[in-house]
Amino acid sequence: MTQQTTDAPSRPAPAAARPAAPRLGRRLVDRKWFVIVGGAIIPVIVLLTWHLVSENGIVPTSQLPSPTMVWLALIDLIERGLFWQYVAISTQRVLIGFAIGATLGLLFGAIVGLSKLGDILLTPTLGALRAVPSLAWLPLLILWLKLGEESKITLIIIGSFFPVYTVVASALRHVDRQLIEAARAFGLHGTRLFGTVQLPAVIPETIAGLRLALAQAWLFLVAAELLGASMGLGFLLTDSTNTGRLDRTFLAIILLAVIGKLSDSLIGVFERWAVRRWT
Amino acid sequence: MSTSTVAPIAGLGEVPNHAYGVRFDDLGRAFPVAGGESRQVLRDVELEVEPGEILAILGPSGCGKSTLLRIAGGLDAPTSGSVTIDGAPVDRYDARCAVGFQEPRLLPWRSVAANIALGLPRGTAKADGRAVVERLIELVGLAEFADHRPREISGGMAQRTSLARALARNPGVLLLDEPFGALDALTRLKMQDLLLDVHAAAPTTVLLVTHDVDEALQLADRIILLGNDGGAPGADIRQTVVVPGHRPRDRGSAELAELRGRLLDGLGIDRHGSARGVEVTKTIPHYPY
Repeated sequence: MTQQTTDAPSRPAPAAARPAAPRLGRRLVDRKWFVIVGGAIIPVIVLLTWHLVSENGIVPTSQLPSPTMVWLALIDLIERGLFWQYVAISTQRVLIGFAIGATLGLLFGAIVGLSKLGDILLTPTLGALRAVPSLAWLPLLILWLKLGEESKITLIIIGSFFPVYTVVASALRHVDRQLIEAARAFGLHGTRLFGTVQLPAVIPETIAGLRLALAQAWLFLVAAELLGASMGLGFLLTDSTNTGRLDRTFLAIILLAVIGKLSDSLIGVFERWAVRRWT
Repeated sequence: MSTSTVAPIAGLGEVPNHAYGVRFDDLGRAFPVAGGESRQVLRDVELEVEPGEILAILGPSGCGKSTLLRIAGGLDAPTSGSVTIDGAPVDRYDARCAVGFQEPRLLPWRSVAANIALGLPRGTAKADGRAVVERLIELVGLAEFADHRPREISGGMAQRTSLARALARNPGVLLLDEPFGALDALTRLKMQDLLLDVHAAAPTTVLLVTHDVDEALQLADRIILLGNDGGAPGADIRQTVVVPGHRPRDRGSAELAELRGRLLDGLGIDRHGSARGVEVTKTIPHYPY
């Protein structure tokens, strides 16, 4: 898409030929390689410091395993076939819970954001439920849904519901009234008004809400797997701590950080596209 | 924007060209304010607009010009009296009207062409709609910007898009709320000529709210001046001026200059020359001022 704003409305051709604002040389922070290298600086420093501290025995390995030990723990898990199993089951739980929670969040967000009655009926209740800490649900969910997948996925649904619900409801309430009035004046109402104006207007916010929800889903995954799981990254975390395998604990933490960041980046790309497309 | 641009709109769609009369009958509007009170904005507005007429509504800011226009389009409802279009009461968001707002109010995620298409009456066949949009884009001189987004064009272009969107509706009554108010002086003059071209080709009824006396004189068949007489609260019609001569009018005509002075007087602005005792000469044109 070509960006051109011209203040010579009736003579577009010469205006279009005008080059974009003169570039005063590309700054370092705009270069792609610098963005990647710059983002890696701190992790590399942390890794090096960690390596030095543990290798030189400044902190005993019983409290801080070395990076090599964590690496070996990873290889060990892969060789036993547990690594992919754990990652897969955790990802599956997150994705199912996120999909259901985000859909419900969209639905309730739309009801509350578009309808005054929906707002009056639902907002107080949902607001109170949101105030309950995630871990408080866990005993109840285990009691009702037992230790199977349902209890874990339900917790993730709860975790990913609220960011989407909150953001969508508030964004729909704040869609430019003038735009809505103009669209109504041109005969749009009901679902056509929603599809033509309200929905497109909240797409960037909605995707930002989805991004928050996905991050929240990973947080709630660990909470769900801390209790009563036999597989998954949260299980790896508790099990290894209980059995004194601190290297695996570190591995689990690092895996959660890396996978969480990766999934966030994926939605981030989508978000940038949506902001360009819909604003 | 020469008159040669008139031609494309002549065959605008299959819908026959139509213009409706608008009648305001003893109309009043009061807005509720805090404390259960209400503030009277308009009262006793009695006005008959002929089909095909261009009526300019002048008045000081906040006197209810826009409210009157919004009521005519069914965007607002009167608290007393009534308004009818073509003899039938105005519906909510009346389909016989099209509104050109003070701001362009374009959908930012749609191209210029798609924004104009939003104005097409419901049920327009796809091919017809495309043809109408194409002609309107041509007419407002934005053919090269059809695929641009609103943020990629200038304010004047956005306002032209907004006007084209209103025209796409082929309205029986065109309601314009200070549509050129935010534009620079030169663009404004061009837009006024454009509006006259469009009206000459498809003479619909136009209600034009403006605070610009010259714009009213240039465009309107008749000008009403809204205002408060200092008695009862709320504005009513203080003056009605039939503008002499046919459009397009000479922007420098002495007759218009005289009317201009009277209207400014009605708006509470003194004519600086006579107020300071400067003799008014008729031989030197007063335009540009």
